[in-house]
Formats: sequence, structure tokens, C-alpha cells
Amino acid sequence: MIKELENFKGFSAKKLPLADPLASGHRACQGCGEVLALKLAMKAIGMNSIVVSATGCMEIITSTFPQTAWNVPWLHVAFENAAAVASGTEAALKVLMRKGKIPQKHIDIVAIGGDGATADIGLQSLSGAMERGHDFVYICLDNEAYMNTGVQRSSSTPYGAMTTTSPPGKKSFGQATKKKNVPAIAVAHNIPYVATASPAYFLDLMNKAKKAALVKGPAYLHIYSSCPTGWRHGGDLAIEISKLAVETNVFPLYEVIEGKYIINRKITKPKPVAEYLKKQGRFRHLTDDLIAQIQRQVDEEYDKLLKLAGETA
Amino acid sequence: MAKRIGMEVSIAASEAVKLADVDLIAAYPITPQTHIVEHLSEVVADGELDAAFVPVESEHSAMSCCIGSSAAGARTFTATSSQGLALMHEILFIAPAMRLPIVMVVANRALSGPISIWNDHSDIMAEQDIAWIQTFAENGQEVFDLVLHAFRVAEDSKVLLPVIVNLDGFTLSHVIEPIEILDKAEVDKYLPPYKPKVRLDPRKPVSMGLVGIPEIYTEAKKATNEALINSKRVVLKAWKEFGDLFGRYYNPVESYKTEGAEVILITMGSISETAMTAIDKMREKGMQVGLVRFRLWKPFPAPEFKKAIAGAQTLAVVDRALSPGGACGPVAEEIKAALYAERGRPKVYNFIAGLGGRDVTVENFEEIVSKAFTYAKKRPKQLYEMIGVREI
Ligand SMILES: Cc1ncc(C[n+]2csc(CCOP(=O)(O)OP(=O)(O)O)c2C)c(N)n1
Ligand code: SF4
Repeated sequence: MIKELENFKGFSAKKLPLADPLASGHRACQGCGEVLALKLAMKAIGMNSIVVSATGCMEIITSTFPQTAWNVPWLHVAFENAAAVASGTEAALKVLMRKGKIPQKHIDIVAIGGDGATADIGLQSLSGAMERGHDFVYICLDNEAYMNTGVQRSSSTPYGAMTTTSPPGKKSFGQATKKKNVPAIAVAHNIPYVATASPAYFLDLMNKAKKAALVKGPAYLHIYSSCPTGWRHGGDLAIEISKLAVETNVFPLYEVIEGKYIINRKITKPKPVAEYLKKQGRFRHLTDDLIAQIQRQVDEEYDKLLKLAGETA
Repeated sequence: MAKRIGMEVSIAASEAVKLADVDLIAAYPITPQTHIVEHLSEVVADGELDAAFVPVESEHSAMSCCIGSSAAGARTFTATSSQGLALMHEILFIAPAMRLPIVMVVANRALSGPISIWNDHSDIMAEQDIAWIQTFAENGQEVFDLVLHAFRVAEDSKVLLPVIVNLDGFTLSHVIEPIEILDKAEVDKYLPPYKPKVRLDPRKPVSMGLVGIPEIYTEAKKATNEALINSKRVVLKAWKEFGDLFGRYYNPVESYKTEGAEVILITMGSISETAMTAIDKMREKGMQVGLVRFRLWKPFPAPEFKKAIAGAQTLAVVDRALSPGGACGPVAEEIKAALYAERGRPKVYNFIAGLGGRDVTVENFEEIVSKAFTYAKKRPKQLYEMIGVREI
């Protein structure tokens, strides 16, 4: 157990922080699961924080001049460099405090990026920042495509999904590659805390965001973030689909604390993946064969996770 | 008290950064800039300087890290060259737009391809439109002085813009010169501590780097441009005060033997010293030639430049970078544009020299001047000319 986490009791539904670093009045699409996830994570981390945002949906919808939805200091520089910018901010605050130029007080540095900003173009800067050991939280809001530019595939887009650059056609069934496992990449950097979370399990998500902020050194949080616009599902379904993703083992919830895997919600009787896929327009073209193939992939990945956690099905 | 000591110019640059008591240095190695960050890493490791030394994984991240640091209110420095500067390109525009007073030393080097580690100005001339204040040093003393000047100007509340100090790679960066190094008390008299007006602080939240909708983008660009143009007043004032304190006075452009000159050579950076030798030689032969060199490159010091060349009939502009497919090199282009509306403007001939580390010799300058005299009588056939090309 990490020392900083020993006294953390966890949030309860009755006693949630009142203040919201990310205010309402932002411009996200109706029913956006990503902004909900971000809002919950920031509520947990709290007002004593500085947020660095990569270019993407969450940046655009919260910062259209002359308005801002941010109640905490917020900085956006570019698409691929949130982790590098956060490195600078974190290192600068530390030295300014050491030199007595600003008051000595812990401030949480939070870098946020979409799956494109994290798994693709920003992977280098994320890797560099984790390797250097900056004390910051990196949150990947994974909506499984480049949504801000109009639903193009990323390396986090799941196998078979339709996007505007992985369209199904006579010779294609949609995304032909498997989703990149960024949490595993983060784990490989030997950082103290890595976790996955989902807005459908909001207390779990908030607890993980807070833990990520509490630990010293880099922490990586990978949050499932449904996107009704890109996934082609109803604006009222974000939570239902997020829940199904966990219940089908498509998106398992786990933590990796100092390298040790812990499955937080072990699904003993998973629902068929088809139940999850059928609710979303992006999988509408899939044949039964492909669905069976995806089921096999999900089972295999979950088995691997069980092994890592030292558990059996 | 200031001490005059023999020192490698790169080390002098980092000594100035040390004396400026920077808070954060983002570092990524590239020849010929490397000695600067290496020396800084040593002074931090030895506790001579209390600063965060962030050994980032690329120059793109170096500039990103600098922006995060400067936004947090820290005095921030980095240095690079060539491919590294090119890799920063995207992020370079964002620092002035956010009004962040980052200081960067660029040890100028040719850009690939072919890959070349040697000096010319093609790296920095590809970064013309980034709204950073830019100066060019001629010798080691200037490098040291211009770095201190850079912090002083950048952080002035009337400026708040990033500054690049350019120095020629190898031909200046790796040379050992006698340099007068100011002491800490002297530097403190010149450079007050940086007190940012706005910074990332949870007690007073601000949002930085917001979306610029079409209704405000033009206005935002205009504001940054005006800040850059207006920075010249502070640039000049800070040089005047430097001179008053330490006896070395600097100007945006420097003239050498321009009285009565028919042809004026225009240069930047360390080749100016060779050019001066060439001027001396030609003057001895009775030729009416002089030299004007830029120390301040951006904002372009138009009035000072026009004054410096007044009376000359012909300018021979030496560019250290090629603008492929263009009408002339980048320096000549700027000069031609600045003079176009002038009555009785001089003729401007452009010579591209010293690419990728090719020596620019006294003989080259003599050739350039002699060509300029000829062209003044008989128009050249080409828009510009490359000097010292070996025909195989
Ligand atoms: C260097 C660069 N390339 C491309 C873009 C265009 N761009 C902006 S946001 C974006 C996609 C963002 O996707 P993601 O990170 O997944 O976040 P989302 O919008 O889905 O939340 C792209 C491609 C850019 N801003 N910068
Ligand atoms: S496109 Fe998707 S992720 Fe972006 S704001 Fe809309 S619903 Fe949210």
C-alpha cells in the first residue's frame, strides 16, 4: 500500500465535494459521456489544482473565448504535448516553492487528453513525462476515436468499429487493428499508480482520480468516455452503455498500484459482448462472425488481465 | 567586479543564464548547442544554480515544458539549433500569443537535407513569423550581454514576449574568446526578479490558451504584433541602461566605415568580423565601401536601418540562407520590402554565402563588393547570386 493512500477513506454518495472545478455551461454535445467523466474526476481532485489540456473535444467545449468553463487555472497549448506542458508546470512550481517565491503548498497538476492525444500523437511526451517521474495525474479520456475532428479512427478505436477513416466497405469491416493498451504502456514505466475507470461507476471513478492525485509521482488514469455523436447511440444512453462495457468485460475496471494488478469489479458471469455492440451505430455493420471474433478477443484480454492480477475466472 | 576571462562562448551563454538565476531549464542536446545545456546541467548539479533542470525527450517537449513553466511564473530558459528548432516550430507560435517571456539561445545551424551540423542561418530564417524578439550576436561578449538583455526585455511588463538570441554555431559557439563576465551583484542591478502579473495559481484561477473564434482571432493576432513592434522601445532602453551600467552600448544596427560609402555590405552574426577586415582592406585601396549589420532582427528596426544606409547607392546583402524558388534570400527580402516605398532608394543586390558551414572569406566579401559595383552599372541577369559555389 502506498503511504499517501493509507488515510484515504473514499467518497460516499451522500458526502460529495460541492465545488466543481469544471462548471456547467460548457458546450459539449447532449449526453456526452466524456465531459461527465471529466467533471467527476475533477470534482474528486478538487479546487487546489492546475489543469493542462490537450487539443480535443474537452478543450474546445470548455474554452471558447471569451468564456471559460474552468473554475481552476487551466492551460491549453497544443494537441500532443499536455504531458510535456504539465512537466514544465510541475517542475516550475516545485522550484518556485523551494526558492520561496510562492507559498509552500501542494498543488495537484492534472494533464488531460483524448485517446488520440494520448495513444497516438502525444505518446512520446506522455512517456517522457512518466519516465522523468513528474508528480502529476494524466487522465486519458478514451472515446475511442478523434471526435473533435469528426470521428476518425485512433489506435484506441476498437476492432471492427466504423469511423470516418475506418469505414466498412466491400473490402473492409471497419477498424482492422486491435485497441492499443495504453494502461499497460503506462505500467511499463514503473509509475506508482495506473487505473481504469468509468463514469457508470462514479464513486469508483472519483476514488481513483483522488488516489491518482494523492500518490507522489506520475499517475495514469484511463477513463472510458462514451460519445453519443461518434458512437451513434442515443443521448440518454451514455451511462447504460458505459455499464454494459464493464459487464461484458469490454472495459474492465482495475488498478495497478506499484506494479500490482487489482481487478476492482470482477465479472463472474459476463454478458455477451453482442449486447454492448448492438446498442451502437458504429458496430451496426458487423456480421455474426465478426461479433464472435470480438467476443473471443474480449475473453482473451480478460484472461490476460486475470493472470496479471493472479486470479482465476 | 566583472572579470575578463578566456572562455568558450557556449559557456559564456550558460554563465549568463546562471547569473540570471533562472528557475527552469528545459534541455535537449543538439550539436552545436549542446555545450550550453551541458554546462547548465553541471552548474545545477553542483548547486551553483538553484533551478529545475528538465532533461526532456525532444525539443517539441522542451518548448512545451517551457510554456508550462513560464505560465506557472518561473524564469525559463532553453537552447537549441537546426532540426531541434524546426521540431519546436508548432509550439513557438504559442509562447508569444500567451505573452510568456521565455528566453532561448539558438546556435544557428543548417537544416537537413543533406544533414549538416555546420553553421548557416537556414534554421532561424525558417522561423520568421513566430513573433519572438530576435537578436544576433557577433562575438562572445555580445552573446553574454545579449542573454542578460533578453531576460530584461522579455520580462518587462510592457513587453512580455519570448526572446531568441542567435549565435553562429561552431564559428562562434565553440570559440574561446576573452569575455568580461559580470558578477552577480552587477547582474542583479540590471535584471530585477521576474514578477509575473498573471500565472497559474489555484487561488486566482485564469484560463490560458482558449479557443480563438473568428470574431477575436484577428484582434488577438493584432495585439501580439503590436506588442512585438512596441517592444523595440524597451529593447533600446534596456541596451542604454546596460551601457550606462557596464560601459558597453548596443544598437539595433551597427555601422562600420559607412561615411561616404557607395556600396554598403549588409550582414548578420559572426561573419561581420570577417566583413570588417574586408572593408578595411578595400578602404585602403580607396574603395568607398562600408558595412551595416543587424543586431536586432525582429522587430525589424526599419528607421535605424534606413538611417544607417542613408546616402549609399548600392546595398550588397549577404544572406546565410536560401529561400528556394523565391526572389531572393530572407534578409534581402525584408530589406527590399522595407525600402520599396522610399524615394531615391538604393539598389539592392543579394548574395547567398556560407551555407552549411562553407567559409565566408575576406576574398568572398571583396568579390561580393566588386560584383555590386559592377551591377550598379550593368544590371545583373539573375535575381540573386550564390557565392563560392564549386562547379564540378
Ligand atoms: C499537430 C496536430 N495535428 C492534428 C490536429 C487536429 N486535431 C485536433 S483535435 C484532434 C483529435 C482529438 O482526438 P482525441 O485526442 O481522441 O480527443 P477527442 O476530441 O476525441 O476528445 C485532431 C486530430 C491538431 N490540432 N494538431
Ligand atoms: S463529439 Fe462526443 S466526446 Fe465530443 S463533445 Fe460531443 S459527445 Fe462529447
